[in-house]
Amino acid sequence: MSDEYEHKLEAKSDYVGDASSVSTPDIDAVPAAELPDQELYHSHSWWTTYVFSQDAKYIGIQYALTAVGTGLLGLVLSWLMRIQLAFPGLGWLDPASYYQFVTMHGMIMVVYLLTALFLGGFGNLLIPLMCGARDMAFPYVNMLSYWAFVVAVLVLLASFFVPGGPTGAGWTLYPPQAITAGTPGSDMGIILMLISLILFVAGFTMGGLNYIITVLQLRARGMTLMRLPLTIWGIFTATVLAMFAFPALLVGCLMMTLDSLLGTSFFMPAMVSLGETLTHEGGSPILFQHLFWFFGHPEVYIVALPAFGIVSDLLSVHSRKTIFGYRMMVWAIVGIGALSFFVWAHHMYVSGMNPWFGFFFATTTLIIAVPTAIKVYNWILTLWRGNIQLSLPMLFSLGFIVTFLNGGLTGLFLGNVTVDVPLSDTYFVVAHFHMVMGIAPLLVIFGAIYHWYPLITGRMMNETLGKIHFWITFIGSYAIYFPMHYQGFVGVPRRYFEIYDSPYIDTSTLLLNKFITIAVLIVGAAQLLFLYNLIVSARLGKKSEKNPWKANSLEWQTPQMPPEHGNWGKELPKVYRWPYDFSVPGAKEDYIPQNQPPSEIIGAKVEKT
Amino acid sequence: MIVALSIFLITIGSIAFHFWSPWWWTEVASNWGNMDDTIILTFWITGVVFVAICFFVAYCVWKFSYNKNRRAEYKPEDKKLESRLTWATAIGVAALLAPGLVVWNQYVTVPENAYKVEVFAYQWGWKYRLPGKDGVLGKTDIKYINDDNPFGLILEDPNGKDDLLVDAQELHVLKDRPVKFELRTIDVLHNFYVPQFRGKMDMVPGIVTYYWLTPTRVGDFEVLCAEYCGSGHYAMRGRVIVDEEGDYKKWEAKQITFEKMLAKNQKNDNLQLVKKDK
Repeated sequence: MSDEYEHKLEAKSDYVGDASSVSTPDIDAVPAAELPDQELYHSHSWWTTYVFSQDAKYIGIQYALTAVGTGLLGLVLSWLMRIQLAFPGLGWLDPASYYQFVTMHGMIMVVYLLTALFLGGFGNLLIPLMCGARDMAFPYVNMLSYWAFVVAVLVLLASFFVPGGPTGAGWTLYPPQAITAGTPGSDMGIILMLISLILFVAGFTMGGLNYIITVLQLRARGMTLMRLPLTIWGIFTATVLAMFAFPALLVGCLMMTLDSLLGTSFFMPAMVSLGETLTHEGGSPILFQHLFWFFGHPEVYIVALPAFGIVSDLLSVHSRKTIFGYRMMVWAIVGIGALSFFVWAHHMYVSGMNPWFGFFFATTTLIIAVPTAIKVYNWILTLWRGNIQLSLPMLFSLGFIVTFLNGGLTGLFLGNVTVDVPLSDTYFVVAHFHMVMGIAPLLVIFGAIYHWYPLITGRMMNETLGKIHFWITFIGSYAIYFPMHYQGFVGVPRRYFEIYDSPYIDTSTLLLNKFITIAVLIVGAAQLLFLYNLIVSARLGKKSEKNPWKANSLEWQTPQMPPEHGNWGKELPKVYRWPYDFSVPGAKEDYIPQNQPPSEIIGAKVEKT
Repeated sequence: MIVALSIFLITIGSIAFHFWSPWWWTEVASNWGNMDDTIILTFWITGVVFVAICFFVAYCVWKFSYNKNRRAEYKPEDKKLESRLTWATAIGVAALLAPGLVVWNQYVTVPENAYKVEVFAYQWGWKYRLPGKDGVLGKTDIKYINDDNPFGLILEDPNGKDDLLVDAQELHVLKDRPVKFELRTIDVLHNFYVPQFRGKMDMVPGIVTYYWLTPTRVGDFEVLCAEYCGSGHYAMRGRVIVDEEGDYKKWEAKQITFEKMLAKNQKNDNLQLVKKDK
């Protein structure tokens, strides 16, 4: 920043109005405001307050509820699939509906639940509050983002009711099968899926611009980037990734729509279908795979990075200890984000692409393990000599560490090209990605909901129900996915409607299938308990005090809790430190909020941040 | 206490499951036993990390559980420790990667003496084509596929005439002879997968992909499609039988060449014409 610019800012700070800064002692000085206070839209009716809301907090809750509702459908679909796998004799499903459910389950969980919940839900709720802003930079666009998401979900759901049903192409939608006879839903179903994804990307871009610009432009005075909570770093980096990755999905979807409707041949080579040669010629199915995974791999981190960030904050708050190695954590998040664009073809080792790519992508993939491992070390070193409260958020965070560790390590199997050959397309893969990007982020989501619920409702969720929910979910999902890896070793391929009693599979493997299904039903049912707790506690939960977890980050320091429209009352907060000053020697309390001026904590031996 | 104990027991349980559960890979039947070795190596390295970290977490939860009168340690960073851990991880990762790349190099480098077999996939089944006496597979094009020429061989290509066409789900291969599977599909993606062989590669319409192996054990193995290919994916099974020389020769002798098949079809056609004339 040039001197000239700083002068201008000082001159400006007059009209921004900061009378108090005249009387504050020097040690409490914070940089002057660079922008005038945001002008907010104020709603006037029930509709504009609760439905077409422009308040990020409401939009966040809307996003979260829509995502969870869609996710429940994904859960029910997984029950039906698992029942088919364990008890094929029941004959509840035919192959077509089985594959349709597999496809919809996958797409719903990855895109419409996890992505929407982390970025749309937690992003909207937490970015303005944790950065110390009144709202997102563009509240109206933010509202449009949510409603585009709603339309995307409706289009997705509509595909269940069109002739032929939803697409059964697998969530990866590989052409040519996605748009040729032989795959269920290859006419209408796939088109609706593609349109829904296009709408999702459009809506997400509107939200994503908001998240990025808000973090960059609307931080409170004194909130430097290196004082941001890791939650914000995770969400921010994930959003940047999404902005680069989703366009690849978008063009892939557009091109496939054209192939299907107009008969172009982007992804369609000359081929035979139903005994007849199609008119397509010269297209490349592998091109789609490249586009899909150029989106698809960063997508894993779009889900994982917010989870990494949130869990770092939960661990720090609930063990009353500074997050270990904050700077390394930030660089690890950014580094993982950057590297995630160079590893996509590790999903394609046996896709028929030039096999020599395997050397490159195996190397980059294993390199990404290093920053990821650093994050795990720093989480567990945060626990070391902490003062660990076994609250619900902490329990889920611990569950996350074990689950993520397991899923991350099996990633070293699949990323290492040779080891991948026998394991790819088997249940080992299914177990790996459910562990690492299904259960692990979900455990963080649960922890985060238990943690921030009082901020949203002013009440606490029921602890006993929460504990039952934790134990069933954590142990249950481990019991589902840990043994599933070994089915993969046996060689059981994924996406099989029925295994039969193949000569190489002994009966005990089929027995294991039954065990897994029963565990799935139990774990799924436990989520209903969670929903009950979520709904009932809003009315009947124990009233929460302000800042119930004694956290430092700004969202807990609003004048009212739950925060009102505009978040901060008359004056925006000023930030003097990072959010991790826990258990500082010499301080009266074991936490120092970010907006507590140094003059109030004289004597605390706090490191400058 | 319960939490720490649970994490401890989960770790112990995972190890016990690994060593004593009945679910493990099928006995290898090809030269790719070294893929199994890389998996074992990966298991040891990742297993040690898994156990170490889980035990550490369990210990922390037990040892540093909340006490109102105690404060957590205040130590935001430890540069030395962080860099040590980073390097240790980097070394561990390199130890996994290096052998992996060596084996991959073998996997993608086909020996020159490998016997070429075309695996032909369609929705939903398998066919096979052997190169015949000249050892060369004739060229094909999808537009020539019809009832008389189910493999779509180009008639002008002399190399195709002696190709042996196996219009059945079952393939025989010779034990101890390296074989290169040239993988071809006429419709959607498929993947020629025999669990005991370990190898795998997608079949992509428009191009011919490949992988190679040397069968090392006589037996009758199931072929599965390992890339989702539509409603019949799960039923797309075939068989590969690894034979000793004698049995293999007997089977090979029974297969029909392209030339003979054309002649036979011609004869049938003529017969039909004759019948019609009458």
